[in-house]
Amino acid sequence: MTTTHLGKIRGINGNLLRVEFSSPVAQNEVAYAHSGELRLKAEVIRIRGNIAEAQVFEDTGDLRVGDAVEFTGELLSVELGPGLLSSIYDGLQNPLPELAAESGFFLQRGKYLPALDRKKTWAFTPKVKVGDTVQAGDALGAVPEGIFEHRIMTPFRLRGKLTVQEIAPGGAYTVEQEVAKLKDEQGRLHTVSLMQRWPVKMPIKAYVERLRPTEPLTTKVRIVDTFFPVARGGTYCIPGPFGAGKTVLQQITSRYADVDIVIIAACGERAGEVVETLREFPHLEDPRTGRSLMERTLIICNTSSMPVAAREASVYTGVTLAEYYRQMGLNVLLLADSTSRWAQALREMSGRLEEIPGEEAFPAYLESVIAAFYERGGVVKLRDGSIGSVTIGGTVSPAGGNFEEPVTQSTLKVVGAFHGLSRERSDARRFPAIQPLDSWSKYGGVVPDEQVSFARAMLRRGGEVNQMMKVVGEEGTSIDDFVVYLKAEFLDAVYLQQDAYHEVDAATPAERQQYVFERIHGVLRAPLRFAEKDAARQFFQRLTQLVKDWNRVPQDSPEFKNLETRATQMLAEVTAHA
Amino acid sequence: MHKTYQQIEQIAGNVIVVRADGIGYRELAQVTSEHGTSLAQVIRLEGERVYLQVFAGGRGIMTDAQVRFLGHPMEIPFSDALLGRIFTGSGQPRDRGPVISENETPIGGPSVNPAKRIIPRNMVRTGIPMIDVFNTLVESQKLPIFSVAGEPYNPLLARIALQAEVDVIILGGMGLKHDDYLYFRDILEEKGALTRSVMFVHTAADPTVECLMVPDISLAVAEQFALQNKRVLVLLTDMTNFADAMKEIAITMEQIPSNRGYPGDLYSQLASRYEKAVDFDTAGSITILAVTSMPGDDVTHPVPDNTGYITEGQFYLRNGRIEPFGSLSRLKQLVNDKTRADHRTIMNSMIQLYASYRETLEKQAMGFRMSAWDQKLLKYGVRFEREMMDLTVNIPLEKALDLGWQILADCFDPAETGIPSKMTDQYWPKG
Repeated sequence: MTTTHLGKIRGINGNLLRVEFSSPVAQNEVAYAHSGELRLKAEVIRIRGNIAEAQVFEDTGDLRVGDAVEFTGELLSVELGPGLLSSIYDGLQNPLPELAAESGFFLQRGKYLPALDRKKTWAFTPKVKVGDTVQAGDALGAVPEGIFEHRIMTPFRLRGKLTVQEIAPGGAYTVEQEVAKLKDEQGRLHTVSLMQRWPVKMPIKAYVERLRPTEPLTTKVRIVDTFFPVARGGTYCIPGPFGAGKTVLQQITSRYADVDIVIIAACGERAGEVVETLREFPHLEDPRTGRSLMERTLIICNTSSMPVAAREASVYTGVTLAEYYRQMGLNVLLLADSTSRWAQALREMSGRLEEIPGEEAFPAYLESVIAAFYERGGVVKLRDGSIGSVTIGGTVSPAGGNFEEPVTQSTLKVVGAFHGLSRERSDARRFPAIQPLDSWSKYGGVVPDEQVSFARAMLRRGGEVNQMMKVVGEEGTSIDDFVVYLKAEFLDAVYLQQDAYHEVDAATPAERQQYVFERIHGVLRAPLRFAEKDAARQFFQRLTQLVKDWNRVPQDSPEFKNLETRATQMLAEVTAHA
Repeated sequence: MHKTYQQIEQIAGNVIVVRADGIGYRELAQVTSEHGTSLAQVIRLEGERVYLQVFAGGRGIMTDAQVRFLGHPMEIPFSDALLGRIFTGSGQPRDRGPVISENETPIGGPSVNPAKRIIPRNMVRTGIPMIDVFNTLVESQKLPIFSVAGEPYNPLLARIALQAEVDVIILGGMGLKHDDYLYFRDILEEKGALTRSVMFVHTAADPTVECLMVPDISLAVAEQFALQNKRVLVLLTDMTNFADAMKEIAITMEQIPSNRGYPGDLYSQLASRYEKAVDFDTAGSITILAVTSMPGDDVTHPVPDNTGYITEGQFYLRNGRIEPFGSLSRLKQLVNDKTRADHRTIMNSMIQLYASYRETLEKQAMGFRMSAWDQKLLKYGVRFEREMMDLTVNIPLEKALDLGWQILADCFDPAETGIPSKMTDQYWPKG
């Protein structure tokens, strides 16, 4: 344990303290400001001469000049070990239900609880013998955690090769009990328990190599998987104005995404939305395992009214926990909602530090901070040959819905897919409101590329015809153009749009997308003949209705085949035969 | 215990600086000079220099004014005696009633643990069809009314307050015109609602700093009532004035502005107020309705823009009506499946048909020929606007749904409405 040093408060401005110190202080180390009985957690963010500036993660009311500040010598860290899953933490990894049990309705200042239950025991099975050589990240044993085998790994902070001196026999242990002793190359002994700590702002790098993300991650949202796919280990962002459905889209993804673990970092958004997740998930079934969805979910919740400085920490807490499970060879999805609030937290702090502001008063280092965060996503090959991944999806809330602002632009530079939500589409109740013409993805999807690019071209041409029609009216549009427009609208209505509240339509598995899209692609390609525009419009209205019904029946039901046959017949009646 | 200081080093705007030690951050002080006495709050500590924000403003403060620190942050008394009373933004009586000083509660307290919140489940009935039917207000919702100067947003607020089935009404007025303040007072009194109301009013003539306190005071009191199992409705008008007051202080404090002069923490500041809306696990609830006037009718202005990201939907009040497009209650799905089986059907079909009516209007304006269908839509649109959208319409939800069917039946055949036949068989008016 590092010894603690004391300092004295010299100034207070909002949640920024100026602290005079005499013994060495580390940048980003954790400090506690003392006010009577209270100890308020803070992080050193700048040092000038003998004054350290620290941001307090709490309200600073009632602190005084001259109050003591205790420097811990440790960087802001999280606890890693069994028992993380199904938890609900705040941005600093305090368990919220336990806090509620202790202090009731309100979040009490200066109240911190251990993230992992100290009393609970876990059934440990050793995986190494005395005399084995291990490196950081190698499994020493495992405990069962819900549906997963939770690897107990050689602490990531240890360097070089280590020899196992002692290893505990199988049995029940608490997270703090010693299960192994390791000797490093210098002959120092390190004890290992089920739990270890890791500073949140440093990526965990205990892997052999990073791989290129190639395997698609199915979200069961058609427009995403087919048109703008996300890869396992990839990164994507969802910018959109308010009310365009960013959070709903993320909620759907957190339910249906084909990954092992979902970490939801609710960062500076509404508390009500988190409440929906944390009250509903325990009762929802994970379609892959048949168990409660909560068993694969971890929620980090630093909502908009919770302290701003902890908001910045919350995204790092989230990504560190994601990396930890990745080290077990699992696929983890981190959903951060919203990264703009995190950027705003940076801006607030930068303002108090009186740094020279960049665009819209965001600090000049905004871009590199965002880039470094998204770079923590990725697919890695671990030392035992298994593959793990962290996929990061972040929403962005641009001011005024204008994507030209600094946070959106910095994010676009570093992500692999862009799902831009548009006000027009959400006003027209076209959900998900991902704008199909502006969005892009660099990853491969579940549907053949050739079909997708044909459909995309159709959407583009349909949009052009629609623009033209606004000027010249329907009368001035040729029937061929009009059919193109109708086909694009058809594709939009039956494929791009999806009913998030319908039990079948809400989630379309990859195989079904392939099957359905091939048929829709057939409709788009079919040369259709109509005597007049009204007939064409009526035909597509009926076909749209039919295919929408088709979307709403399970694929293995007789109704599914039935509707498909009817649609095929309808199409055959109007297809032109050369 | 309470030390008095007399050496004021600096006066800039509403902020004064004195030298003192042992002062707590956010502590209150009383500043007395020849021109009067005012409360002030510590907003920055720098060594021995204490920055104080003077509630009554800096005007007339003398360099030898007495500064007496009170040793506690801003507090508001709380008891049932508050009901029926009117206070200023700093909690002083505005109605010549006695000063209340029991049970002092700090304002701007900690936020609610998300684990103690529950999913909202009760509708707030207002008797306004545009709200009850189309964008249902839900207990514990936070909802702004986006509007522009000249629109009747204060009468709308008053009407909702009078008709909503809540236990306590708290009105926080910021930068209110004196007439509007009297309007609220008189109408609450006239309708007998004053006895279950508490008003905290900052008028446009009062010092800016007091404007900043209004939401915190109102919500601190609301919270106390909610903890006593009361359903509380908080009305705030106008939050844009609150944001402007923050801007004014931030600029005086030489903070770097982020967007159109507003401080960088505008989002957090607004959110920490709006997030006080809550449905407690085992106690009452707080519902917040707040007017946000949009300068220049521009929804991308920083105040409405940040508000939209925080709140659970918004009502657009335009041309004296609640605009059906753009207005949104994000929580309506949580309650409108439990009201009446036809609620969602009426909500969706009437709006879709009204959208078609608007398109027809455009076509008509451009001189296109009106088809039989267009004629029907025109008839429908006029009736919809007159019988549903007009703010003077005051009927309970069930009556409004019945009226909806009646209007549909008078204008269309069942098949033309796009409503599933199962619904029309049951609800379509006979005869």
